[in-house]
Amino acid sequence: MTGRECTFSLLRLWGIIRKEFLQVKRDRLTRAMVVGLPIVQLLLFGYAINGNPRNMPTALVLGEQSQFTRTFEAALRHSGYFSIVGTMDEGEASAALVGGKILFAISLPPDFSRRLLRGERPAILVEADATDPDTIGGAIGALQGIAESVAQKDLIGPLAQLLGPPNAFCIQIHKKFNPESLTRYHVVPGLMGFVLSMTMVMMAGLALAREREHGNMEILLASPAMPLEIIVGKIVPYALIGHVQVALIVAMAMLLFHVPFEGNPLALYVASILFIVTSLAIGIALSSLAKNQLQAMQMALFYLLPNVVLSGFMSPFAGMPRWAQAIGETLPLTHFNRAMRGILLKGCGWADLWPSLWPMALFGSIVVGLSALFFRHTID
Amino acid sequence: MTARADGIAIAVRDLTKRFGKKKVVDGVSLTVTRGEIYGFLGPNGSGKTTCIRMMCGLLRPDSGSGTCLGFDILREGDAIKRRVGYMPQKFSLWDDLTVRENLELTAQLFTMENRRDAVGQVLENFGLAGRARQRAGALSGGWKQRLALASCVLHGPELLLLDEPTAGVDPTARRDFWSELHGIAAQGIAVLVSTHYMDEAERCHRLAYVAQGKLLTTGTAAEIVAAQGLHTVTIRGPRLHALAKKLEKIPAVEQTVAFGTALHASGSDRDSLLRAVAGALEGGQGLEPVETSLEDVFIYLVNRFWANCELR
Repeated sequence: MTGRECTFSLLRLWGIIRKEFLQVKRDRLTRAMVVGLPIVQLLLFGYAINGNPRNMPTALVLGEQSQFTRTFEAALRHSGYFSIVGTMDEGEASAALVGGKILFAISLPPDFSRRLLRGERPAILVEADATDPDTIGGAIGALQGIAESVAQKDLIGPLAQLLGPPNAFCIQIHKKFNPESLTRYHVVPGLMGFVLSMTMVMMAGLALAREREHGNMEILLASPAMPLEIIVGKIVPYALIGHVQVALIVAMAMLLFHVPFEGNPLALYVASILFIVTSLAIGIALSSLAKNQLQAMQMALFYLLPNVVLSGFMSPFAGMPRWAQAIGETLPLTHFNRAMRGILLKGCGWADLWPSLWPMALFGSIVVGLSALFFRHTID
Repeated sequence: MTARADGIAIAVRDLTKRFGKKKVVDGVSLTVTRGEIYGFLGPNGSGKTTCIRMMCGLLRPDSGSGTCLGFDILREGDAIKRRVGYMPQKFSLWDDLTVRENLELTAQLFTMENRRDAVGQVLENFGLAGRARQRAGALSGGWKQRLALASCVLHGPELLLLDEPTAGVDPTARRDFWSELHGIAAQGIAVLVSTHYMDEAERCHRLAYVAQGKLLTTGTAAEIVAAQGLHTVTIRGPRLHALAKKLEKIPAVEQTVAFGTALHASGSDRDSLLRAVAGALEGGQGLEPVETSLEDVFIYLVNRFWANCELR
């Protein structure tokens, strides 16, 4: 008789998986995390976040009442960006801007019409609350167009000479993949990775830390169960839960937010499973280092924060400095976000997705290896 | 194979384990025979748990060697785990699983055949059948301990390693537990059990006493008591605390132990002990020679151990 009678046992694996499912089923908080978290996040981010805000409160400071100011005001309203709260004098407008009651104060000087007709190119002053630069970007871009359209409408007949010569060339813009610049088209696919990394890292991490805290791990380790069976027994149930979440998010994205699904469903599946397993392995690796559930939770947050900031989920990836992009490139969430946006919005094929898939696979295999290593270490 | 034939369950030599700089277990050697209940005693933090963990293959000793059920504890941990029932100090089964589910999981972990029958049998034997559908976390301390023991013996182990199984359990449940243990041992299963209770120590076939990771003594309770050659008197009456202070200064009295309404005074020389105590008595206090108890001996052993440590 030898001591090496240990082989991988499907019965043991099934026992561990069943145990995990029973625990998930009986813990109300975990259940809420599985279904509630993706729904709430998706609704919040999908409906509440708008990177291209409209109807921003605006005050007019009018030095005169003329045909021209009326056309200008109408054009502002028409653009959809400005909601005119009223006319104010200069002092009131600047106080309102400081107090946050308005985001724009637009001033036309008293002799605007007269100077316009004299060809003096009078200035319209737009004061904007630029504390959040992203808020006003769209509106400011629209102002240029408003000025041109007003000029073309009012400066007709003999006044047309004031318009000056047109540009020698023009610029044609095609907004591809998201022609209406709808933030939710960008946010909702990105949210999938965010929700998955949050739930997968935390659930796997907490489940393992809980077993260590309650002493269950000692029972498992003192039994003939192999570390591999224990780890796989942790990954399989939560990977299935991850599948449920992916299905839920994709269904909500399409039905509720009408996000297009241009690409290959199989590609979405492959990218998802890569990302799910990677995230679970990260959770397991982190919790191997944690002494209890609280520490596991804190470590999960330490991992998630840079992911959210550097992955291009919240802010444009291209806008980050070189070093931040370099870090971002190593994060699986960055690649998963790219893959999801590519599949849903751009209809990317396998060849287009490859640059996102292999880093995830590489990262995943490294972390799975590390988690097995860390896990082994915890036995002592 | 030889170890199995000659009935030795555990034979370890010079087990040593360090955590950081601290030597938690320091050269422990012991032998446990099949069919005996072996009591493992010692103060908190004396290395009992670490010793037990090393014997069942959970921890790897830094040095030392030995066999458990004839398998090498360093190289054949898997074979040992398969044949040993280990009950950790803390209730470590799954709180949110029912009694039956916990036992089913154990049966699966040990890849048992006819699991349903085995689980049903053990539920019956341990009186758990009525609670099979109850969550383990909702059980009282005594029932949790029964469940833990049931889960330990489910796979038919040849050796039980029980780490303070009765800590925090009421006296009735403890008594039931011990009669259960004697039944198990009678089937030829070796049982190593750590405990703090002296009444439990006296129910063991043999004992080992450790302090600071060192094995101080082994043997039957009677052997251990006899080996120290201590004589003891018990004193009853008022103001025993003041008397104890006084007796501690007399060389012939090597130790005093307060036992509720009585005071035990022990010394190696019977006559000088009697004379010294009799001379120190005050009004209303009376003395009576008694047999030295296991507890007197253990306190004596630990005190002497610490005195030796200080001398060095």
